[in-house]
Amino acid sequence: MVRVRKSTVVNAPIDHVWDILRDFNGHDRWHPAIGQSRIEDALPSDVVGCVRDFTLASGGRIREQLLSLSDKTYSFTYCLLEAPVPLVNYVSTVRLKPVTDGNGTFWEWICSFDPPAGRAEELSRLVGEEIYEAGFRAIRDSLAGKRKRSSQSAPTSSTVSAPAISSGQSMRGGAMVLTGHGGPERMEWREQNVPAPGPGQVRLRHNAIGVNYIDVYCRTGYYKLVEPPGIIGMEAAGSILDVGAGVHGFAPGDRVAYACPPPGAYCELRTMSADLLALLPDEIDDATAAAAMLKGVTAEFLLHRVHHVKEGDSVLIHAAAGGVGLYLCQWARRLGATVIGTVGSEEKAQLARRYGCSYPVIYTQQDFLETVRDVTEGRGVDVVYDGIGASTFEKSYEALALRGHLVSYGQASGSVPAIDISSYSSKSVSVSRPNYAHYTSTAEEIRSSTDRLFPLLINGDLKVEIGQRFPLRQAGEAHKALEARQTTGSTILTLGE
Amino acid sequence: MVKVYTSSIIDAPAERVWSVIRDFNGLPNWHPAIAESRIEQNHPSDKIGCVRNFSLKDGGRIRECLLALSDYDLSCTYSILESPMGVTDYVATLKLTPVTDGDRSFAEWSAEFDCPPERERELADLVGQGVFQGGFDALKERFGGR
Repeated sequence: MVRVRKSTVVNAPIDHVWDILRDFNGHDRWHPAIGQSRIEDALPSDVVGCVRDFTLASGGRIREQLLSLSDKTYSFTYCLLEAPVPLVNYVSTVRLKPVTDGNGTFWEWICSFDPPAGRAEELSRLVGEEIYEAGFRAIRDSLAGKRKRSSQSAPTSSTVSAPAISSGQSMRGGAMVLTGHGGPERMEWREQNVPAPGPGQVRLRHNAIGVNYIDVYCRTGYYKLVEPPGIIGMEAAGSILDVGAGVHGFAPGDRVAYACPPPGAYCELRTMSADLLALLPDEIDDATAAAAMLKGVTAEFLLHRVHHVKEGDSVLIHAAAGGVGLYLCQWARRLGATVIGTVGSEEKAQLARRYGCSYPVIYTQQDFLETVRDVTEGRGVDVVYDGIGASTFEKSYEALALRGHLVSYGQASGSVPAIDISSYSSKSVSVSRPNYAHYTSTAEEIRSSTDRLFPLLINGDLKVEIGQRFPLRQAGEAHKALEARQTTGSTILTLGE
Repeated sequence: MVKVYTSSIIDAPAERVWSVIRDFNGLPNWHPAIAESRIEQNHPSDKIGCVRNFSLKDGGRIRECLLALSDYDLSCTYSILESPMGVTDYVATLKLTPVTDGDRSFAEWSAEFDCPPERERELADLVGQGVFQGGFDALKERFGGR
């Protein structure tokens, strides 16, 4: 049995919200996924046992029976009798509770059902996002005086309907193609055929593309990830044009983002595996997603999966004012950790401090081991995030507490020297050398990562600063700025209008 | 029987808030009205039936018995054994529910008790606003900059 539990807070008194939700036949007036609804046998909609028979905005018909309704606990429970999706034994409860502190309403929408083998996740998402969360948004809009969104103009119920399968035509789209490994001038604008999506694939129109230093390494050939005449670029956001056979959970018009190998993001249109995509919430715009996916997902797996940072931990972050560093600082602080960071200048120390690093150390002026000793009262830190490599590795080890964890996720200063691990028994330390691809290789991993990342982007816990925007055709200029260290924050490439 | 219900939204994930309030002996760590607390007979603070004996900053002493604790429901129920408030049959429950939208917490603190009729309003206000809302305000401040 699978349970789905979603909840939100609505900024309106409980009686107001209950007035709308109590009518078992009223959901077609506010829920965007519902077409028309009627109660069978001409019963009032508050007769326990009554059946509502309704169409989905996307087509399809559902019958549900009211099992209980309570004006005392502001709740009702219903089950499915007939549906076009296999939600076996589906029973759902809507419950409101007053938030006395501020006169708002807590709204919980939960269910349990028995999914067919292998479809638990897809169906949970369908119910949790397309029905429950979409319902939350609709009620919020309704209370704000907005009318129900027309389902024709905004097909939100992507998995309720069968997604539009691609017509099979290839399309023409511009791309910055690598003519050879080398300087920025080796990227050239060319029109290319973009094939129709095959099984498991989707075709996207990019709206914003993230620029990362790894793109420079791909361009110069330092990393052998892209051979000419290939396309570089690791992350982008855009909308789905069409989907191939067997794609579940995405439909044309859906806004999505990705950050992953294989490279190929510096283009207008791209056909790629649907497994690599994350659906974007309305609150996150394309530019933010393109800027934040790669660094944000990196911070997620470093802080939650490579090592699980907890409240009260002390954490040392090297290059705290760097691209990934600022995400690590903000996120670790938000998890309740004490953050010590190394930076190269007073300016960067201030930047890191603004992003949650309580103890920035300018490593050229001060020994970070002293700060670690002072802050942790001699104990050492629980975890070190070290993307610097050769020049920091040994001292990172020294900074660790007993049973500490050294996470080496890069080597900007050169490769870490060979290690004799037997010496690590003096502190029982762990060392990890994580690789981005190994934490983002399945749809489930990407989803669990963005489930943590997106709420932080929405509520502002992770601040994203986009310092530069260049049109895609001027990707070479973007690279020049990046290599000349003239950029601040994130750099993105923009498209079209 | 007087019933008091206070609820609030705390801007931190439920498991984080729970990690602070779960400790039946931990009130002085987060509730501004509590000076110090100990568990009688040296019991662990998550042993059902244990008694916390704590003093208020204004000097009063209260003994409360842990009736139920659930890491599954994120809830804690307790009764008052002795207090200067003049209530009888006092049972209270503090419960968290995750708000999945935004990864926040919905916190509820409710109590039922008996007291002389002329003191109902005063005591309902003391419990609901002073104790419960006061605790929520401290939690909201603690997690405000999360």
